[in-house]
Amino acid sequence: MPEARTAAPLRTADGVPLKTALARAQRRAKWRAAGLVLPLLLFILASFVIPIGQMLFRSVSNDEFSSHMPHMVAWFAENGDAEPDDAAWEALVLDLRQAREDRTIGLIGTRVNYELSGTRSLFTSTARKAEDMEPPYREALLDADEDWADPELWGVMRRASSPYTDAFYLAAVDRTRDATGSVEMVDENRQVYVAIFWRTLVLSVTIALLCLLLGYPIAHLLATLPMRYSNLLMILVLLPFWTSLLVRTTSWMVLLQSQGVVNDVLVWIGIIGEDGRIQMMYNQAGTVIAMTHILLPFMILPLYSVMRTIPPSYARAARSLGATSWTTFRRIYLPQTVPGMGAGILLVFILAVGYYITPALVGGTTGTLISNLIAFHMQESHNWSLAAALAGILLAAVLLLYWLYDRLVGIDNMKLG
Amino acid sequence: MFLKKLLATSALVALGAAGAQAGEITVMSWGGAYTKSQVEAYQKPWMEATGNKVVSVDADNPATPIKPQVEAGNVTIDIADVEYSDAVRLCDEGLLEEIDASALPPAPDGTPAEEDFIDGALTDCAVANIVWSTIYAYDTTKFPDSPPTTMADFFDLEKFPGKRGMRKAAKANLEMALMADGVPAEEVYDLLETDEGVDRAFAKLDTIKDSVVWWEAGAQPPQLLADGEVVMTTAYNGRIFNAAVGEDKPFQIVWDGQIMDFDLFVIPKGAPNKELAMDFLKFSTGTKPLADQASWISYGPARKSSGALVGTFMDGKTEMAPHMPTAEANMGNALVNDFEFWADRDTELSERFNAWLASS
Repeated sequence: MPEARTAAPLRTADGVPLKTALARAQRRAKWRAAGLVLPLLLFILASFVIPIGQMLFRSVSNDEFSSHMPHMVAWFAENGDAEPDDAAWEALVLDLRQAREDRTIGLIGTRVNYELSGTRSLFTSTARKAEDMEPPYREALLDADEDWADPELWGVMRRASSPYTDAFYLAAVDRTRDATGSVEMVDENRQVYVAIFWRTLVLSVTIALLCLLLGYPIAHLLATLPMRYSNLLMILVLLPFWTSLLVRTTSWMVLLQSQGVVNDVLVWIGIIGEDGRIQMMYNQAGTVIAMTHILLPFMILPLYSVMRTIPPSYARAARSLGATSWTTFRRIYLPQTVPGMGAGILLVFILAVGYYITPALVGGTTGTLISNLIAFHMQESHNWSLAAALAGILLAAVLLLYWLYDRLVGIDNMKLG
Repeated sequence: MFLKKLLATSALVALGAAGAQAGEITVMSWGGAYTKSQVEAYQKPWMEATGNKVVSVDADNPATPIKPQVEAGNVTIDIADVEYSDAVRLCDEGLLEEIDASALPPAPDGTPAEEDFIDGALTDCAVANIVWSTIYAYDTTKFPDSPPTTMADFFDLEKFPGKRGMRKAAKANLEMALMADGVPAEEVYDLLETDEGVDRAFAKLDTIKDSVVWWEAGAQPPQLLADGEVVMTTAYNGRIFNAAVGEDKPFQIVWDGQIMDFDLFVIPKGAPNKELAMDFLKFSTGTKPLADQASWISYGPARKSSGALVGTFMDGKTEMAPHMPTAEANMGNALVNDFEFWADRDTELSERFNAWLASS
């Protein structure tokens, strides 16, 4: 910059070039800002980004086989797709022996069993006999159980000898690999996840729409009533919102069970007979009723905050220009509430997709959602990789819907409150 | 050098002090009447005898929290009460401390522990405390004239209409379905090893699926019966006994097709107070505590020498012997749970069971 060399730079009162002084002041402000944000950033990193990253990593990585079967891993690394030879059978026996001694055989069997049902017992029972096995090992193993000759089993072991796998994502969409490695559907009587994903989606949409249907008039009332009444109404909306989720769910159980309040009242007024008590719980109806009630405030609050800002004069102007009340609502009022509706639907839908406690308590078997299966694999079957894969798919689905929403409605158009 | 010695001595002193001071262990069990029986018969006497403290916690199935805890390296349970197949499975996965059976106290007459325990009650990683069984029970007020008597009746919705309660798991339900379908007890597991057998069991379960209320915690079935949510339910026999005899509920157990199992104490690998836990385990699986336990709930002691000491229920008048799963009259068509079958097959059958549950 030629001018800079010729013209003397501007200086502050104490002789420091203005540019430097400004930069210094700005830098200080930036650091301060960064310092203020830093705790939150670290918190998000530690409590959100890292765990989710770990979870996603777990969905493609499982070393329960590869880290406990060193001889087999080495053999597969050398021989790849080859038919098992004597060295392979020997490696298998050596690893089974060691695994029995180290008490890791259960882990190995479980890992293979994830992909090929019915093989856990093959590993544990053969390992018990492996100690006394003598060459030729192929015959000894086949003698213990002829399933060892199954090419499908060797295919699974070959794939499991690498800690990285797509098997859990395949399993999460009811698919598996056959002996040749191509993807196929699992047995019909083991298919479960795709159906539950669909159910979760359908129920979540249903619940979001029900919330909209029920919440819209209430939000409108809240926004238009005089302050005295609307405050009271607001408290009625917020009181359940502040009550513990568990309390609200169990209250619904008290109301809905077949010996519960609702059925008792219906029997008492004679609408149904003692034998005709309606099953409203432990099924989808229970899940939808309880979750709609629990998620309703998440619809009402954004709607309310948007409706508050709509001047009543617009509607009056429309009416004075000859519009019917329906046209006024459709052309004037409704379009202005779209940001609130969008926010409400998105909030309720996303919360519903991941809901866990309520469907677990009132959903029975037909009302369980994908989150209940994730919890099952986390807490009971301990198939964490599959749980992670299911959660990964759920996360991807929600992000996809969010993106779609952004394209269709526009995220800037959303008002959360 | 001196410093090292000093450190070592002070560490020893600290250890000694900790040993002398009261320690604390955490015991996880199944809740409700069963936990109560263990608190009364094992924990209180042990606390009195040693001055240590026991924290008692409950789970729907105490076997499930063990793996996550061990893998996370944060074990909070010192001792857990688990089913046989789970004890074997967890042991196979290296999640349990091994237990030397010869360290267990002998019977009062000097019979070594290995001989005093019932066959199969001792494994590499676990020591049995009780024999219990899964039975089904019904509400007598619902069937005053011709009550159900066989396993087949449980699956007969025409003769015995009403909701059924069943545990939300494959274990026991599949066996019961086959027995109800006419399979003799001794052939059940051979049949379940085959695909046809499993299909047949699920087909039988299909016939009552729409009428089943599924329970998870052992305390639920008596509650479901009492609330009138179901007219009959599978349950752990002791829970029904305590509700029927202890709380005068109109419940009746059907022993036909009962499935017997052990409950065993295990110590998770890396338990924080392993030594104390072992001490507690030795104490509570002794002849007297095991016999005492049986007067709080109708589960049979796992030691032969305890049998003679079993007396009356806590109400002071009910003889316990006829209410035990092992009583002669109750053994007519009994099935002993095949722990190897379930240790090996639980994963895959649970998977199938879940798929079956979810499909409507």
